Amino acid sequence: MTLILMSSLLSRQLLYLLHPCRRMNTQTRKVRVSVLMMSVAFLAATFSCAAWASAQLNNPYSDDEGEQAVLYESFSERPKHMDPAVAYSSNEYAFISQIYEPPFQYHYLKRPYQVVPLTATRMPDVIYLNPKGEKVSNGANDSDIAFTDYMIEIQPGIRYQPHPALAKNAQGDYDYHQLNTSQIDAATSLYDFTATGSRELTAEDYVYQIKRLAHPKIQSPIAEIMKNYIVGFDDFSKQVKDKPKTAIRDLPITGATALSRYQYRIRIKGKYPQFIYWLAMPFFSPMPWEADVFYDQAGLADKNITLDWFPLGTGPYLMAENNPNRRMILLKNPLFHIETYPSEGESEDKQKGLLVDAGKQLPFIDKVVFMLEKETIPYWTKFLQGYYDASGIASDSFDQAIQFTGSGGVALTPTMLEKGIQLQTSVAVSSFYMGFNMLDATVGGATEQARKLRQAIAIAVDYEEYISIFTNGRGVAAQGVLPPGIYGFDDKTGINPYVYDNQDGKASAPAHAPYLRPVGKAQRKKIDAARELMTEAGYAGGIDPKTKEALILYFDTAAAGVDDRPRMNWYRKQFEKLGIKLVIRATDYNRFQEKMRTGNAQIFVWGWNADYPDPENFFFLLYGANSKVKHGGENAANYHNPEFDRLFEQMRNMDNSEQRYRIIQQMQEIVRRDAPWVFGYHPKNFSLFHGWYKNLKPNLMANNQLKYTRIDTAARAEKRQQWNEPVFWPLVLGSVVFVLMFIPAVNAYRRRVKETKL
Amino acid sequence: MTQYIIRRLLYSLPLLMGVNILTFVLFFVVNSPDDMARMQLGQKHVTVQAIANWKQQHGYDVPLLWNSDAQGEKKITDTIFYQKSVGLFLFRFGVSDSGRNIGADIKERAWPSLAVALPTLVVGLLVNICFALMMVLFRNSYLEHAGIVLCVILMSISSLFYIIGGQFFIGKVLRLVPISGYDDGMAAIKFLILPVLIGVFSGIGSGARWYRTLFLEEVEKDYVRTARAKGLSETQTLFQHVLPNAMIPILTGVVVVLPLLFMGSLIMESFFSIPGLGSYTIDAINSQDFAIVRAMVFLGSVLYVFGLLLTDISYTLVDPRVRLS
Repeated sequence: MTLILMSSLLSRQLLYLLHPCRRMNTQTRKVRVSVLMMSVAFLAATFSCAAWASAQLNNPYSDDEGEQAVLYESFSERPKHMDPAVAYSSNEYAFISQIYEPPFQYHYLKRPYQVVPLTATRMPDVIYLNPKGEKVSNGANDSDIAFTDYMIEIQPGIRYQPHPALAKNAQGDYDYHQLNTSQIDAATSLYDFTATGSRELTAEDYVYQIKRLAHPKIQSPIAEIMKNYIVGFDDFSKQVKDKPKTAIRDLPITGATALSRYQYRIRIKGKYPQFIYWLAMPFFSPMPWEADVFYDQAGLADKNITLDWFPLGTGPYLMAENNPNRRMILLKNPLFHIETYPSEGESEDKQKGLLVDAGKQLPFIDKVVFMLEKETIPYWTKFLQGYYDASGIASDSFDQAIQFTGSGGVALTPTMLEKGIQLQTSVAVSSFYMGFNMLDATVGGATEQARKLRQAIAIAVDYEEYISIFTNGRGVAAQGVLPPGIYGFDDKTGINPYVYDNQDGKASAPAHAPYLRPVGKAQRKKIDAARELMTEAGYAGGIDPKTKEALILYFDTAAAGVDDRPRMNWYRKQFEKLGIKLVIRATDYNRFQEKMRTGNAQIFVWGWNADYPDPENFFFLLYGANSKVKHGGENAANYHNPEFDRLFEQMRNMDNSEQRYRIIQQMQEIVRRDAPWVFGYHPKNFSLFHGWYKNLKPNLMANNQLKYTRIDTAARAEKRQQWNEPVFWPLVLGSVVFVLMFIPAVNAYRRRVKETKL
Repeated sequence: MTQYIIRRLLYSLPLLMGVNILTFVLFFVVNSPDDMARMQLGQKHVTVQAIANWKQQHGYDVPLLWNSDAQGEKKITDTIFYQKSVGLFLFRFGVSDSGRNIGADIKERAWPSLAVALPTLVVGLLVNICFALMMVLFRNSYLEHAGIVLCVILMSISSLFYIIGGQFFIGKVLRLVPISGYDDGMAAIKFLILPVLIGVFSGIGSGARWYRTLFLEEVEKDYVRTARAKGLSETQTLFQHVLPNAMIPILTGVVVVLPLLFMGSLIMESFFSIPGLGSYTIDAINSQDFAIVRAMVFLGSVLYVFGLLLTDISYTLVDPRVRLS
């Protein structure tokens, strides 16, 4: 319509201008020329609009995908480290787990989580030794075991990704191991070193990496832990303290030895069955010595050409671009070894289509583009436009994506279903809890009075309500130390009897929030029970007998921002139920940490994310010898119970068995009764994936899932086209309105000029 | 003039030293080297030994300002302040606490910031001047009143609203440009349209009103009346006489911010995923990376001093009556 109007206007103006019989004064002619030019511009714009109508003008990617299967993901925080000896955060693992390969990995489909070989040919041979170094039987007492040997054999024929550090000339010398000043000056990025090379992975590379973990200049976050386990680790660390990183290659470390080209041995102190989980973490990935020789050349670090920025691994992907301020790109490693999609999983996996790709060569994706998205609004919009293949759900878009069903479940909203979006939920292997400082005179200690006070608070602080208000229902109220998915967690009988009543199917969740807990299970005790406990503790009605006023407790937190106020008010209200006055002592993060270290905090909230799926990794948070104040450990509550400690020492080195399970339940009972923590909640991850995203199964321990992912690129292209057709008419309409509004201004101007002339 | 510039540059040295000391003191009042180590080493398994090792590797194992255990000049040189500050005056920013070369990072991130800030400034300037001139041209008419009301409305709206609203309407509803992102070279244009448009639009209210005030002040002066009396049209008077004279305060206001354009805009870059310098300092403060904080504060001060110097010089260029001595 607009097109027709503009065309008729244009033709009229042309007629006026070109017709020889029509006389016009200069002013009128000028105006008409302007109108004509505007009309031409409009027509040009309109025709351009028509031409662009089929294009995706809002496509944020400039690169042509071609025939490649490209996966688009996002990240919100810049990963600091890409060196597997240093990286320890989930946002760093998201990248390096696709690039580096430790000898073992978690099975993608099987549950409970199971460690399986990755570059290793089989699971390690574990040999127990007595103090003399003689082999002892597997059933020997822990006290008889002085050392454990892990004999690991790796697959031959695995090669490193093409990399300048491994490039050699015709004579067999390394191209870039002795760079001169002009070569370094000319380089701005690793990719300026055009020659690349590769070599076979050897057992020596795994040993070399263990030495790197020990080198003080590398500053591995697990160096201090490994000193307690790997034989000779501490001595090696002291030995190389003042030596350059490259010097470690020729120095032996007692606890790690390459026995042959494809076999190596790690010797640890005593028995530590959880060590196998460490061997599935990127810390124990192989590192070729050539990497350190290349990157340690003077001048490269000044250009940010470091191993911490440009990784070198054997994994399915290699880092093609590392610009964490904008995007990171992973490309399929052309030299990746043979690894196939698993052909076994849980019983329902086949039905869910998770075994369709069984036996096929990994990885399926050619290129992975990670874009930096700091703000949730553009991130969410791009996901809905199909420019991201997966998305988390921010609080402000939660209602748009998720609805709760009458039966207590969660489901996608019709809008999401219409787009073919899939929802995946999983309870994280982590715990958030409210801790009491057990060294505190009021809430701490093993006295009956303090215990009852803590139990009363545990009932009053309604974490179901917290989950509902602050996490959009994305969490499971904790019944003990262990989150679901960890050996020893029992979702049938594992109710905390000091805080909940077991309703045996009689109780039901509140109608307004059916997701709070499984129907007919744990029901939080009434507040009267907590008040009774308060009376028994000597604080009837919340009155402190010493002051005859309301008991004052202190909540220490680093959450000092405006956004944290509702949460702090909520905590205050929970304590008010018992007549306790909660004083919030908000400080900056450093002061908070200091209070925790010195034992000056009284009540605090804390969290823990599992390193590996073993109960030892949670119970050690309450082990007396790990007390934060006395030993600088992770026991932030400074809890110390001799019986609990004895059971922990017994349990930690055991293989999973009926006996271990019983001990775990005993330990749960002790901490539930002593209540050093108010067991908070285990967060539930909600993730959305487009319909074209295949082989989806949550695996909270494995970080190398990308190689299993497959994308239906044709379906994505079709949907993107359908969802992103540009809309031009408001723009044209707006322009017309603008021009129309301009007419009175032009008239006014002409009138003014006329008046001036007069 | 050369003498003046040299003198100004010399004046700036104690100023920069003062800024450096102030940054140092303020930073270390809040954070200790131990805190920094804890922040860099992460949440888990951080032992006293690991902290000591980190401090030694990063040069934070010496006293802050005065080393009483050292001898002679080392009492001053063997301190964190001396070792971390000397390089700054040579623009050697060193390595951040997370191991990156700061100078290289700044170079890389300054250009995207400039790619947004410069067009926003230039287009914004043109639009604001045109709008202000229009209001002056139609002064005492309903058009001027409508323009002022529009300016006040535009000024009253938060810039965040413009960003979110612009992204929603142009990026989401009309789907005409990518909602956020960035690319190199000419491919960056499609990503810059929306932030520049929003930057310009959000600045119209205050900018146009300010320039209108400047023009109105000029438009009533004697030389303008003379120009009119000589028979020049209103447009000719405005463009040939009023605009050049009103440009003096406009120009000086613009020149002072020119060097700071490199520093970027936090909110704009965050919402549009522009890989600029806007969030560099804030991220560094959050991660307690003193090396970056110190470098950025120093760089900001240098650029500001440089901007003020440029302003002084620009006075002499646009106003022949001003002489620097």
